[in-house]
Amino acid sequence: MSKQNQTVKTLVVAGLLCFVCSVLVSVVVVTLRPQQAENAELDMKKNILMSAGLIEKGDDINQAFKSIETVVVDMQTGKRVENADVEDFNQVEASKNPKKSVKIPASKDVAGLSRRSKLAKVYLKRDETGKINTLILNQWGKGLWSTMYGFIALGPDMNTVKGFGYYSQGETPGLGGEVDNPKWKNLWVGKKIYNEEGEVALEVVKGQGQGQYEIDGLSGATITANGVSDSIEYWFGEHGYAQLLETVKAGEL
Amino acid sequence: MSIKKLVVEPIISNNPIALQILGICSALAVTVQLKNVFVMCAAVTMVIAFANLGVSLIRNHVPSSIRIIVQMTIIASLVIIAEQFLKAYVYDQWKTMAVYVGLIITNCIVMGRTEAFGMKNGPVESFFDGIGNGLGYSFILIVVGFFRELFGSGKLLGFTIFDLTKDGGWYQANGLMLLPPSAFFIIGLIIWAIRTKDPSQIEE
Repeated sequence: MSKQNQTVKTLVVAGLLCFVCSVLVSVVVVTLRPQQAENAELDMKKNILMSAGLIEKGDDINQAFKSIETVVVDMQTGKRVENADVEDFNQVEASKNPKKSVKIPASKDVAGLSRRSKLAKVYLKRDETGKINTLILNQWGKGLWSTMYGFIALGPDMNTVKGFGYYSQGETPGLGGEVDNPKWKNLWVGKKIYNEEGEVALEVVKGQGQGQYEIDGLSGATITANGVSDSIEYWFGEHGYAQLLETVKAGEL
Repeated sequence: MSIKKLVVEPIISNNPIALQILGICSALAVTVQLKNVFVMCAAVTMVIAFANLGVSLIRNHVPSSIRIIVQMTIIASLVIIAEQFLKAYVYDQWKTMAVYVGLIITNCIVMGRTEAFGMKNGPVESFFDGIGNGLGYSFILIVVGFFRELFGSGKLLGFTIFDLTKDGGWYQANGLMLLPPSAFFIIGLIIWAIRTKDPSQIEE
């Protein structure tokens, strides 16, 4: 075969191969996409429900989620945003978008998040009288290796923790990764976020936690634990959800 | 070579991890839990088998100047397809091992087989050679995953076998087992065991 022919053949083989491979990949991606989207949505619902202790293993997630109302609120005013796209709004993504977020002043940025979404997506459950008895909030903060994303659920007084959990974290398994340990997460239930003076008092301490504002530390995971404390301090501070909680307490959400 | 030999030989006597010391990287990364091990093994076995088959089918038409990149393209496409399937059908496992699925592309076993076997043999033999090497890889991973999950978290496939002290039981979990280096020790012990039984594998 002449040199010219060989070059042509090389190009033809490369081109054909790329074509066949890309067709295969595209077909698979397109056909499986609805199933994947469904999985992702179901997973998120499961995390929301689990963080509030509203489901047991094996319960039907979609069924359980029917009692949950999803609301988009303005972080600044704490009021409901009426015309918001509740389905598609993503608080974590919005925090990264300069148009949809605000810079957190350095003095208030205790959790090192740098930007905060203007809007927040919250999940709530009402009792028979229409009063909110569970409010589930997004919260995230930095651990040792990763940003830990999770939910925290509050009881009717908007101060008592009803549940806590991360849905995404990349801390060291067995050490910081113990933030996912059900035993540890259970310690959060019944603790109070604000003290008598209205300051954020809840934190993860070293060793055993005493009283209603302290959570047991995670041995070998000081930095992860500090990250958890810092994120609570930020999210429940005045730059975080404090205003929203006022609105809820006033019965206006 | 008979198909049976192609499938069985790489499991012990010509194991890609234990003899050729290939594919160690993912053996360290995904073996904390057995459940992930099974998903990973299935994905890798499928990728090796079909990559070998694909390469073998076109082996006579591939100019040798671009053969490596041709193999890479086939492998990469298969890995993307495998990842899409995992995302659609075993979402929870996919979430915990996300990057390592993509890293199957760089698993030395896959390309090692396509280059060493698929380029030289017919499609049927190549396919089963891929299955065999996938099983060899799986064998080591399952053993490593078994010990790491059992001693690291007192569980097997998520079911509690040893009650951990932190949950009020008697077993103090071995933290080393949860970290990747522990897989080195276990793989080392497996290699030692295999080579003691079969001294012909010992390198001079």
